[in-house]
Formats: sequence, C-alpha cells, structure tokens
Amino acid sequence: MIHTHALTRDFALGRGQTVHAVRGIALHVDSGELVAVLGPNGAGKTTTMRMLTTLIAPTSGTATVAGHDVVREPGQVRRRIGYVGQGNGAGHAQRVRDELATQGRIYGLDRRDARRRADELLDALDLTDLATRKVADLSGGQRRRLDVAMGLVHRPPLLFLDEPSTGLDPQNRANLWDHVLRMRSAADMTIVLTTHYLDEADSMAERVVIVDHGEIIADDSAAALKAKLAGDRIVLTIAGPGSAVRPDSDCGTGPADRADAAARLAGLVERLPGARDVVVDGDRVEAHVGNGPAALPELLRAAVAADVPVGTALLHQPTLDDVFLALTGRSLREGEPGGGATDPQTRKAAAA
Amino acid sequence: MTTIPVTDRPAVVLSRRPGPRDLVRDVGIVLARELRPLLHDPFSVVFGMVQPIVFLALFGPLLVGSLGGQAGAAFGSGGVWQWFVPAILVMTALFGTSATGSNLLFEFQTGAHERMLVTPLSRSSLLVGRALKEMVPLAGQAVIIVLVMLPFGFRLYPVGALVGLALLALFGVGLGAFSYALAIAVRRQEWMFWVVQQTLIFPLMLLSGMLLPLETGPGWMRVAARFNPLAYLVDAERALFAGQLGSGTVLWGWVAALITAVLGLTVGVRAMARSAG
Repeated sequence: MIHTHALTRDFALGRGQTVHAVRGIALHVDSGELVAVLGPNGAGKTTTMRMLTTLIAPTSGTATVAGHDVVREPGQVRRRIGYVGQGNGAGHAQRVRDELATQGRIYGLDRRDARRRADELLDALDLTDLATRKVADLSGGQRRRLDVAMGLVHRPPLLFLDEPSTGLDPQNRANLWDHVLRMRSAADMTIVLTTHYLDEADSMAERVVIVDHGEIIADDSAAALKAKLAGDRIVLTIAGPGSAVRPDSDCGTGPADRADAAARLAGLVERLPGARDVVVDGDRVEAHVGNGPAALPELLRAAVAADVPVGTALLHQPTLDDVFLALTGRSLREGEPGGGATDPQTRKAAAA
Repeated sequence: MTTIPVTDRPAVVLSRRPGPRDLVRDVGIVLARELRPLLHDPFSVVFGMVQPIVFLALFGPLLVGSLGGQAGAAFGSGGVWQWFVPAILVMTALFGTSATGSNLLFEFQTGAHERMLVTPLSRSSLLVGRALKEMVPLAGQAVIIVLVMLPFGFRLYPVGALVGLALLALFGVGLGAFSYALAIAVRRQEWMFWVVQQTLIFPLMLLSGMLLPLETGPGWMRVAARFNPLAYLVDAERALFAGQLGSGTVLWGWVAALITAVLGLTVGVRAMARSAG
C-alpha cells in the first residue's frame, strides 16, 4: 500500500540554512495494516505524512502510495486516500451534512449518492442529530468525528490520520477510536496514523514505527519492541528495621546487614531466565528479566528459601516511552529529559 | 444504534483522467460550497455593506455642501446621487472582494483548506470557484443600495444598471482572486493581510475619483489616476448608470475589469498551486 525509498525533505530557512526534516525514510506498509508513526515533536512524522498525502513534494527519494507515485500521479493518489489532518477539515461556516455531501461530490458521487453517503456516515459516527448544525458550533470531539467521516466518504483503501485525538479528553479519544476501528473492520482499510500519545500507539496499532530526527529508528509490533529494547524490570528492597516481614527473625537490620542481604538477593536474581543489568544500590536491587510476571513469584519463593528478607517488590513493564528512551536516551514526554523517577543511566546501559 | 455502511461497491470512479469538463465540475463544487453559508445566512451580505452605506449617508451630504455652488458643474446634470451611487457600488466591490482572502486565511488556520488540497479537486478550481462566488454578494449588495437610493431621487436606467452590474462582477472576480493570492502569500504572517489590503485600498480609492472629483485635484493626481484601473471602472459605471451604454468610457471600463480579472486569476491560480507547502 505504501512503499517509500530514501524519502527526504529539506526546508530552507533562508540565509543558506536548511532543516533536514526527513532524512531517507524507507517505509513499507502492506494492505490492511494499522501502523502508528511515533516520535517527538519535530521528528518528521507530519512532514512524512504530508509527502505521502501529496501535500508537499519530497526533496529526493520516491514514494508510491496506493499504487501511484506521489510526484508523478498525485491525482491518482488523492483519489485513493483518505486524510484526517491535524486541523479541522470541515469549514467552520458550513453545515455538517452539507460539508459531508460536498466531500462526496468532490470524489465523483452525484448529488443523490453524495447525500445518501453523507447520511450513512452521520449515522455511523453518531452525528445524525447534528446534521444541520454549523461546524463552528460543534464540540471538539464532535468536530473530530466529522473530520473522520469526511476522510471516509469515498471509502478509501488507505486512511491517514495525523494526530487524530490530540486535544480530546480521554472519553472522546476512546469514543473516536471505537468509531475508527469499527469502520476499519467493516471496510478492510489500511490505516497510518501519527500520534504522540504512547498508550494510543501501544494499544491501537499492530505495528509501531518510531521516528527521530527524520529517520526511522525502530519498526516492529509494540510488544516486540518492548521485549527487545526495554524488557521487564524488577526492583526489590530488603526489609528495614521495624518491618513486618519477619518480626521474629534474629537476622540483623543494620545497613551493613541489609546490603549483605541485597547482595545475596542479587545472586538469586542473576539466576532468573533472561536476567541482565543487575544493579545493587544499598538495600535496593534492580534488574531486567525475561518474563517479569513469571520471574517475580519465582524470585520471591527463592528469597524465602534462602532466608533473604524482601521488603518490597515492584514489577515495571515497559511502555513505548521506555523503548524510545532505550533507543535515544531521551524521553518522548516533553519536559522529562531523564524519563522521570528512574535512573536513566541504568536504562541506557540496558539498551547498550 | 449505529449501523456500518455497506462497502460492497466502490464509492468513486477511480480510473478516469481529468479533462476540461472536470474543471467546470470542480469549479461548480467549490462555488456551491462557497455560496452555501451565504444562502443559510443571507444577512451576512449586509455586513459587507456597512462601510459603503456609511460613506453614502455621511459623506454624500458633505460632498454637496463642500462643493457649494460648483456642485452642479462637477456632478453634471444628474445631481450628486447620480454621480455618487455608481461610485459607492464600486466601493462596495472594492471593500468586499479585497477582504475575501481573509476567509481563505481562516480555512488555512482551521485545516479546511488543507483537506481540500488532499482531494482530487484541481488546484485552479479552488481559486476560480472562490473568486466567482464574489459576484453573488456583490450583485445583492448593489441591488440593495440602488433600491435604498431610489426614494432619494436616484434615477435608474435599467439596461445600463444591469450592464454596470455585470462589469462590476467581472472586476470583483479579479480583485477577489488577488485577495486570495495575497492571503496565500501571507498565510504564515496573517496580520500582514490587513496591512497590505488597507495600504493598497485607500490610495486606489482616492485616485479613482470615487469620493471626490479628480477634476478639482492637482495635475499629478489626474496623471496617477490614469494608471489606476479602478478610475476607469468608476467612470464606466457612472456612464452606465446614466444610461450611456455606447460611450468609449464604458469600453475602457471593460478593458480595465478584464485586465484585472485575467491578471488576478493568473496570479491567484499560481499561488493556489503552491499553497500546500
């Protein structure tokens, strides 16, 4: 459905300065896939999408979308793709049904079919009650559903969604996704979306393409990326003084005793399947393990048998942010360069 | 509950090559889309007339008073309204169509224009359809102004007035196209739109003899007016609304309007083709 080869786009800033927004992207999307393109702001997601939708021409490289070259046959590409951009596709001065019917006319439907198709979509996206409302009077969530409806008017085999749920509250996001996924299963549509909601890419897309500095740095299913690049992480601490873990124990509770216990615990962790990057810090043990949910109870049983007083045990299953952090050393979440509470050094080492 | 649309037939004819008939069809779609908000809200047409009506009501009487005894000589036999009303119609066209680019700026802002650019609509139809739409509010406004002025002694020559409206429409299409081209050019610095529009509109207006007769001005102004297409248009409208259909003044008015339209559409279509980047 999409094949790009060394797709590049530069923007001239004037004074001889150039921004390389997209640097040689090779992307292949098969028919029926649902692909999320993930990356920080300025990574080149939207620029890539604008090239694939014929809005801007590539500086170099080629892209074939829905069987046609985006530069040589933009008209053929436009007929076959649906596009929901970052803004609102519907004109604010227009009425909801009119704008949908106009969209149908644009794609070659006659007046009657265009109206019928508009009504179908109004119904499918829960907009029927708003048919004669002015677009400007809709709420953000309603307007977004209308945008999706407009992208679907001509039943495109390929739908592009550029940050479809940005600015929506969680309920409206969930609602929008409900609709998109339902339309997709009904129409056997290929979907490419950009997002910076990590959980969205994680739960919705079957394939995640991570873009940074204009290049693809990872491309796989979310589960595979997480297993390969981040992995499950366990964090345990040794029980301190006054702890309820073993009140009758004669085991010492001073810092040195706890460090000793932590070292023995680390020895047990090493034996877990897939264990790596085991770090002991005072009474705290941290490590990556193969299968966290299975490893943790096994470890706790071993700790009891070896008389190691474990106070707390935490299983951290990776998010796509951990994947991005492992790949780049940066967090996808803005304003959190270190990735929040955990030590970035450890996790960077994990990626190495 | 909602139903899922049937998907067993393709919604669109895919393999057709675009031809001239498609261009006409595309222009029609864009034009209809642009007109729809006007039909739903015809009162909005009146807002475009505020400025001309103010001039008509407050400037007209001053005009008579300031020229005193010379008024008869300056305005000819028809009196001040016969001289001023056709000019106010041109002014309505000037203010209305030169501002129309702001609608496109708004659609740039919201994303509606981008959505249109991803559809198979031809780039030129996006401009031509919008520019043609300018004729409709313009004609509506002109009819209202003429009707309002009839009780004040304005004398209507119907054939001349109709031809005058057609001439005005042609000019409005051209100026509207320029306005859209300006909007596209400044789409990243939107405030520039009004700066440029206001900077151009007032010299054009004053150097057209629209408000005050140029005959009373200095020689350099009369020379400058010769290069102002609007001056030819104003003269032609005055002739037409006086019922003089065959005069050379009218011919020059058509030439000026035609040049404005052709240049405007050319510049506008070119701008539209590059409006995605």
